[in-house]
Amino acid sequence: MNCSGAQILVEELIKHGVKTVFGYPGGAVLDIYDELYRNAHRIEHIISAHEQGAAHAADGYARVTGKPGVVIATSGPGATNLVTGIANAYLDSIPMVAITGNVAVSLLGRDSFQEVDIIGITQPIVKHSYIVRKVEELEFVLSEAFWLASTGRKGPVLVDIPKSVQKELCEYPGSRRHSSPPSSQVSDLDLTEALKFIANSKRPYIYCGGGVLAAEAEEEIVSLSQRLSAPVGLSMMGLTAIPASYPLNLGMSGMHGKYAASMAQSKADLILAVGVRFSDRATGNVAEYTKNCTVIHIDIDEAEIGKNITSVVELCGDAKAILQKLLEKLPLARQEEWLETVAAYRKKDECREKELYFTPGNILRYIANAVPPETVVATDVGQHQMWTMQHYRFERTRTLLTSGGLGAMGFGLGASIGGCVGNEKKPTLLFTGDGSFGMNLNELATAVSQQLPILIVLFNNGVLGMVRQWQYMFYEERYSSTTLGRKTDFVQLAKAFGADGKTIHSMDELKQAFSQGFPSDGPFLLDCRIDGNERVYPMIPPGGSVKDMMMQQGGEAHE
Amino acid sequence: MNDRFIVGLVVANHHGVLNRIAGLYGKRGYNIDSLAVGETEDPRFSRMTIVSTGNRNIRTQVVKQLNKLHDVVRAELLDAPDTISVEHLLIKLKTQETGNAEVVSLINRYGGKILDLGEHFIIADVTGSTQHIHAFITQCIPFGILELCRSGSLALSGGTEKILSAHQKNKFN
Repeated sequence: MNCSGAQILVEELIKHGVKTVFGYPGGAVLDIYDELYRNAHRIEHIISAHEQGAAHAADGYARVTGKPGVVIATSGPGATNLVTGIANAYLDSIPMVAITGNVAVSLLGRDSFQEVDIIGITQPIVKHSYIVRKVEELEFVLSEAFWLASTGRKGPVLVDIPKSVQKELCEYPGSRRHSSPPSSQVSDLDLTEALKFIANSKRPYIYCGGGVLAAEAEEEIVSLSQRLSAPVGLSMMGLTAIPASYPLNLGMSGMHGKYAASMAQSKADLILAVGVRFSDRATGNVAEYTKNCTVIHIDIDEAEIGKNITSVVELCGDAKAILQKLLEKLPLARQEEWLETVAAYRKKDECREKELYFTPGNILRYIANAVPPETVVATDVGQHQMWTMQHYRFERTRTLLTSGGLGAMGFGLGASIGGCVGNEKKPTLLFTGDGSFGMNLNELATAVSQQLPILIVLFNNGVLGMVRQWQYMFYEERYSSTTLGRKTDFVQLAKAFGADGKTIHSMDELKQAFSQGFPSDGPFLLDCRIDGNERVYPMIPPGGSVKDMMMQQGGEAHE
Repeated sequence: MNDRFIVGLVVANHHGVLNRIAGLYGKRGYNIDSLAVGETEDPRFSRMTIVSTGNRNIRTQVVKQLNKLHDVVRAELLDAPDTISVEHLLIKLKTQETGNAEVVSLINRYGGKILDLGEHFIIADVTGSTQHIHAFITQCIPFGILELCRSGSLALSGGTEKILSAHQKNKFN
């Protein structure tokens, strides 16, 4: 069968199980959009307001479904607008296939209209990328791109398709399939070594990250924790791996992590690190971090092992398979003393705020209880994000969409759109701040036109809270450019986009809004006016350790 | 000099590969002291030799990160004592009106070949270890170096254990 490049692309997308793509049309992808038009009954295309929003939507879609998210953009500005979205997926190891159009092959390299070297621009932030110069290569490239994005350590793959290649015809067998080579096997010697360290440990601690979600090893982590009496601390990327209600789940560790998680980590004699990369935000001072303990590091990416932390046993491979092997041979160990110590740490994290105060913690705890546990939650970046990690109790895997490694303000709305679409358009939550929301609020248009039931909870404090918190702590309260002084009426804004909203000043108003319910066919915005001086605690200052942990201060008013 | 290390790589031979590899060194802040590339016996693959400086941590990270690149078939740290490493030098020296016996004898002492001899210059070709080349260049300075050109190190592991070949089982097969 002879097919055009654009036809091959659409067929390959369908062949790889893609039901929805996100994107924005333009001159260099007209042929692709023509094919999408013809195949609208087989594959859904969701147009965003800006390519960045589409990239974040594809990312959110991938986080919810576990399958590669697909985004399409035209050449030049369309392609450059994807950059933040691709970098975000790269740093959080999210499977994504980004398709860009480019000028015709004959015009490449001549600074033609809307031509950029998107391969060069994105080179440091993709797992791999291709420019397809001959239509005959397209089937192979696309099938390899999907395979690369979704195997091993997942990540974004970019395929740049010049306009002439989209038009050219070639024979299309449509039969090519990439199969995964068997993942590298961990040696029995290393496993025995790991078991020896585990057997000698009196105070084991499991540190679990996004790799556990990628490997679907959540159950194994809980079994391991029960078997060893090991509390579990989570990186932000791993936060939904085990339920908040699991008794040994101490919550997030790191800079704004829970007191118990950081304390247990610092007192542990063994850290079993699974699918984590020990980012600076998670460890603080690296030397202090591992001073009292040995580390067994399990990761699928060999380069992560030994990159930031020296481990005694390195187990490179699929976390699920490795944990299952360990579990086969691990005896039950009750560490009563250790469990008591950990329980005492947990007491410190217990909420002491009076429920009537209109604080971020109370807002989040209330909402978490008011919505079904399977609700998908997106966040933006900043204080509200950390509050969400601390106070929203996640009970189900893959229900959190947040920008971890890149920390990209403006991620949330696009991600919530993708998450909502990937989750059968069920009611979705977005926690955002007035700073982050201001960055990409144009995607309200997309949420409205797609009739997506996204409840936007805006923590509106009129300031760039997280930057301001640092200015308060480390820059002697010189609030350079963080007091916004804007007069945006977010409820009117939502209305202008065809959505609706309410301004909320108190817990009572919040509860009332929830009792009245929210539309099922479009977004709704709750403009929560919180105090601009709210800060995120605990906090371990950058490069510090648990010894430097700052707890709520001057916050006694809430007690 | 102690922190100098050599990485040998077999990579896919198409455009953009050099960019990715150089970009990886650049983004992670590793220095490239020299880089040599050439096609292998199988034109689908090239062989690279990259010389850098860095401590043990950097060495292992470089190799692990390189092996993650899809275009890299295999990267190996060539750190064994029996590693064979040579460099190639082309040098153009001023010649003296009084005769060139001294220059010629210097070139001969370093095992070089004279490739061209003009009215005012001589072009020589010297092959050897980096130290050998370095020593030769130092000796040439008094004669007047017009220009020179070095290949960068080429390296092969000794023995038959760490074979980097285009024919080994790789991710493209």
